[in-house]
Amino acid sequence: MKNILIIGWKTLTKPSGYYSLGALVIGGFIAGIIFWGGFNTALEVTNTEAFCISCHEMENNVYEELKTTIHFTNRSGVRATCPDCHVPHNWTSKIARKMQASKEVWGALFGTINTREKFLVHRKRLAQNEWNRLKANDSLECRNCHNFDYMDFTEQSERASYQHSTALASGEKTCIDCHKGIAHQLPDMKGVEGW
Amino acid sequence: MKNLNLASIAGLMAIVLSPVFTSFTVTAADKAEINTVATLRDHTKINTQKEPNPIPKVVNKDIKKARNYPMQPPVIPHTIRSYEVNRYNNKCMSCHSRQRTEKSQAPMVSVTHFMNRDGNFLAEISPRRYFCNQCHVTQLDTKPLVENTFTDMHSLMKQKTANTKEH
Ligand code: HEC
Ligand code: HEC
Ligand code: HEC
Ligand code: HEC
Repeated sequence: MKNILIIGWKTLTKPSGYYSLGALVIGGFIAGIIFWGGFNTALEVTNTEAFCISCHEMENNVYEELKTTIHFTNRSGVRATCPDCHVPHNWTSKIARKMQASKEVWGALFGTINTREKFLVHRKRLAQNEWNRLKANDSLECRNCHNFDYMDFTEQSERASYQHSTALASGEKTCIDCHKGIAHQLPDMKGVEGW
Repeated sequence: MKNLNLASIAGLMAIVLSPVFTSFTVTAADKAEINTVATLRDHTKINTQKEPNPIPKVVNKDIKKARNYPMQPPVIPHTIRSYEVNRYNNKCMSCHSRQRTEKSQAPMVSVTHFMNRDGNFLAEISPRRYFCNQCHVTQLDTKPLVENTFTDMHSLMKQKTANTKEH
């Protein structure tokens, strides 16, 4: 046993040509697992609602408003949290979103929206970013919970089933085109399409 | 003609006096215990907290209700939960405005909504008609707290012609 270990150690530490490739591969693999895992854990932490509302900018405005909507309490008891709607579950877009989020830290440091009044001034811009994102990914986050294929139109209200079986079914519109302001109050909608 | 006048006077008297009569009966009958004024408290003693009634559901059938008189603002036949009407935006108008009705297939707000107080037509709805819920309300799926004895003009006229035929 001891011998095997020694041979193994020697092999790994030997800088010569023949074994170092294997050592590199194994070492790299192990290190990769560790770093990848750590990275993932860090992402998991920042992917919680508690993290989002640790900033008062997020807690005092959007979170307070969310509390009054159907995505906070409903008959089914299913809650949508901030990351459910705002951070894509898909791995690559998750990183992309996190890179963009660095701007938020900047914003928090320099207080672009640190009062309600300032928040309302910037609200249109922020909302527009979200609408653009959801429009571009065909409302991916909504569809993670609401699947068109399993919508029972007979259970929906007249207005809902009419719109869903026409504009939504044909792909002409996506959820966010019609359901703006589903989780927070709306900004000034002047000039927004459909208003 | 004379008959008619008498009838209408009697009718008016009845309307004017009926609250007086009813309040008489109330004070006479149960001065002591029960409060018969219809309230959400349902005769609960003043010093006890009432179990709240279940909250009724908003009628969401999307079927238009008849109006009780021509000038009545139509009632809303669907839920309006989370719909904002404030100085930033008006969710109702995102379906009921002139420009949106083709897409939404919702009825357009009536032309009166475009008139200012001098009766001139504006290009957009008039500010005095902006807050939809001042006049339009949803309906709840529940029994009314107080019986409504309203009779619309049409039924009154029908009754009247029936009565005059009898004489
Ligand atoms: C460091 C404090 C802080 C934290 C934590 C934070 N935010 Fe923000 N957030 C901000 C600030 C500040 C802005 C405004 C940035 C700007 O002005 O562009 C913002 C903007 C946003 C926007 C607007 C989007 C855009 O692209 O403009 C969304 C959506 C958002 N945050 C969601 C979240 C979610 C979801 C979380 C949790 C995963 C979160 N935030 C955590 C401070 C924070
Ligand atoms: C975490 C899962 C989840 C996500 C993500 C989500 N929803 Fe929902 N949504 C729900 C649940 C649960 C309900 C309530 C169902 C019920 O009990 O009727 C609901 C209800 C709704 C309703 C019905 C509102 C009403 O008043 O009846 C709409 C509209 C809606 N969601 C749209 C959206 C849109 C648009 C998005 C994307 C921005 C979205 N949802 C994202 C879970 C989710
Ligand atoms: C063309 C416009 C349109 C699109 C696109 C659309 N909806 Fe709707 N939806 C409506 C209308 C109108 C209603 C009923 C009124 C309301 O809730 O505001 C409705 C109602 C709902 C309801 C409540 C059901 C009920 O019986 O009232 C849910 C849940 C919902 N939509 C989810 C979605 C999701 C998820 C998507 C995207 C996959 C989507 N909608 C896309 C117009 C649309
Ligand atoms: C049901 C999905 C949903 C949930 C849950 C949700 N949001 Fe949003 N959020 C949206 C949508 C959609 C927008 C785009 C603007 C709009 O339509 O109201 C938005 C916009 C925003 C904005 C931009 C400013 C604004 O109000 O338009 C911020 C900041 C934000 N969300 C943060 C949060 C935070 C923090 C949470 C958790 C407390 C959260 N959101 C939960 C769907 C959601």
